[in-house]
Amino acid sequence: MPANQFNNFTDYGIGIGLRVPHYDHILSKKPAVGWFEIISENFMCDGGRPLKVLDQILEQYRVVQHGVSMYFGSSEKLNREHLKKLKRLVKRTNTPWLSDHLCWGSVDGRYTHDLLPMPYTFAAAKVTAQRIREARDFLEVPICVENVSSYAEFHVSEMTEWEFLNEVVERADCGILLDVNNIYVSSKNHGFNPFDYVNGIPAQRVAQIHIAGHSKFEKYILDTHDHPVIDPVWKLYERAIQRTGKTATLLEWDDRIPSFDEVHGEALKANQFLKRLENETAKT
Amino acid sequence: MKLPKPSRQTAGEFYALQRLMAAAVMRPLTRGDKMQVKWIDGSPTKVVVNQFIKPNDRLTSFERLEIYNRQYWLRIRQSFYEDYPGLCAILGDKKFERLAGAYLANYPSQSFTLRNLGSRLVKFIQEEPRWVSPHKQRALDLARLEWAHTEAFDNEARSPLKLDDLAGLDAAKIRLQLQPHLTLLKLDNEVDDFLIELKRKSGLRSEASNAMEQNRRHKKTRLAGRLKRKTNFLAVHRYQDLVYYKRLDPGQFRLLTALQNGATLEKACAELAGLKISGDLGATIQQWFTSWAALGWFCSLKQSK
Repeated sequence: MPANQFNNFTDYGIGIGLRVPHYDHILSKKPAVGWFEIISENFMCDGGRPLKVLDQILEQYRVVQHGVSMYFGSSEKLNREHLKKLKRLVKRTNTPWLSDHLCWGSVDGRYTHDLLPMPYTFAAAKVTAQRIREARDFLEVPICVENVSSYAEFHVSEMTEWEFLNEVVERADCGILLDVNNIYVSSKNHGFNPFDYVNGIPAQRVAQIHIAGHSKFEKYILDTHDHPVIDPVWKLYERAIQRTGKTATLLEWDDRIPSFDEVHGEALKANQFLKRLENETAKT
Repeated sequence: MKLPKPSRQTAGEFYALQRLMAAAVMRPLTRGDKMQVKWIDGSPTKVVVNQFIKPNDRLTSFERLEIYNRQYWLRIRQSFYEDYPGLCAILGDKKFERLAGAYLANYPSQSFTLRNLGSRLVKFIQEEPRWVSPHKQRALDLARLEWAHTEAFDNEARSPLKLDDLAGLDAAKIRLQLQPHLTLLKLDNEVDDFLIELKRKSGLRSEASNAMEQNRRHKKTRLAGRLKRKTNFLAVHRYQDLVYYKRLDPGQFRLLTALQNGATLEKACAELAGLKISGDLGATIQQWFTSWAALGWFCSLKQSK
């Protein structure tokens, strides 16, 4: 049963990111995994091993696309060639939804290849929502935007990050990929209460949740996806699913990647929170 | 109920802010990997940055933006290293980093994917060889080979022609197209052996993600000293999802290059005139085509009327 209009896939449960070091294990052992999230850009090519592996994965698993270069928050026009390549991949994977970040990263046709933070202004929200609508209309697939980790804030901001997220998704009428690790990282870097963020977003728009680890430095936290999930992030996750209901959940582990079993085991820790939620729901 | 504040930033100001921040993020770092203290116009960077980035209780505006400036270069360098380990090995880390910085200052990335980062590197080295001096020719050879490797890795493979498809056709009227993943190279050094040995001793390219990079040091190699100077003809291609460097005879290279440039089969074969080819020329060419067709190198056929 759909949890909300943007979450028709409550049966997806827990997934992990499809990463090169795990290819052989997955293809030979065929482990039971709810679904795999792929980085779209790694497969937006015209041939070779990436697409061959993807096709083998698609024969056995459900795949959801996650992008890192759409840059919904950039102030220039969407790149048509990019969209065409992405649409070819969407048709190949049959992804039920497609996510990318609420950020910008290119200007005047030059790419930084980073997820740069938005100024939280109404002007930025309007431009961003328009680009999300255009992308959705072209790609013909539901779109979810993910909150990013950030290390800087702008003087010009007119609202909090979660108010900005609300403003964008309401204007664009799109879903949210809620990254609770990113909320935690940004809360430490900017000094806000992460629960205010989780409590402040429109739960009815959350289609997916990301969990991940990070690296702590003396004066800031960096979103490195190279550690297990820490307890405060699990607590945010627990609060998030209390608000959203059962939601497709994905563990990101992108650097210093351990064995498949270790990554999968870490992801499956989310089950205890989902089961607790199920029990609580059953009682009421 | 609290009403939203009226809009203050305009769309034009939003665009201007992104241009300003992108300029700061993509500016080269100092030799100590810090953000430059002077802005483009010579004024203090911190004064410029203070105008748009908020400080917090631990970091100044300058330090907060510096995180992005450093991450940009870390990511770019890492990607460059993964795509050009051979070039890095002959130049050394420092020189390689300076080359990457100068190249990107001239040719910033214009693609959504880091895969295309090196697409204009050969052109840049030809334009500004001082960044690879005194290794210009070796650097050019490696830049060509490593870019060809990238192209071979994931370019399209079209349905291959079989040798039978050519039987009975008029060589004066047919043009054969080579696979998009195949690159023909004439090199001055035996960089293929060098690169194979180097990769055997190290890891493979990684993939894109949205995570921040942490600094990595690369092992220097002594293999560069053993790089041999010798004219070398190569076909860089993909076969059964693996990239291969196939050495070619001068005649094979000349014939294939002519076909790739759109010559008819007859004219391409005529390119062999003047070359010393042992044995029966017709039988030799037949043998070559059998081998190339088995590798799936030909993907389409055009016939003139």
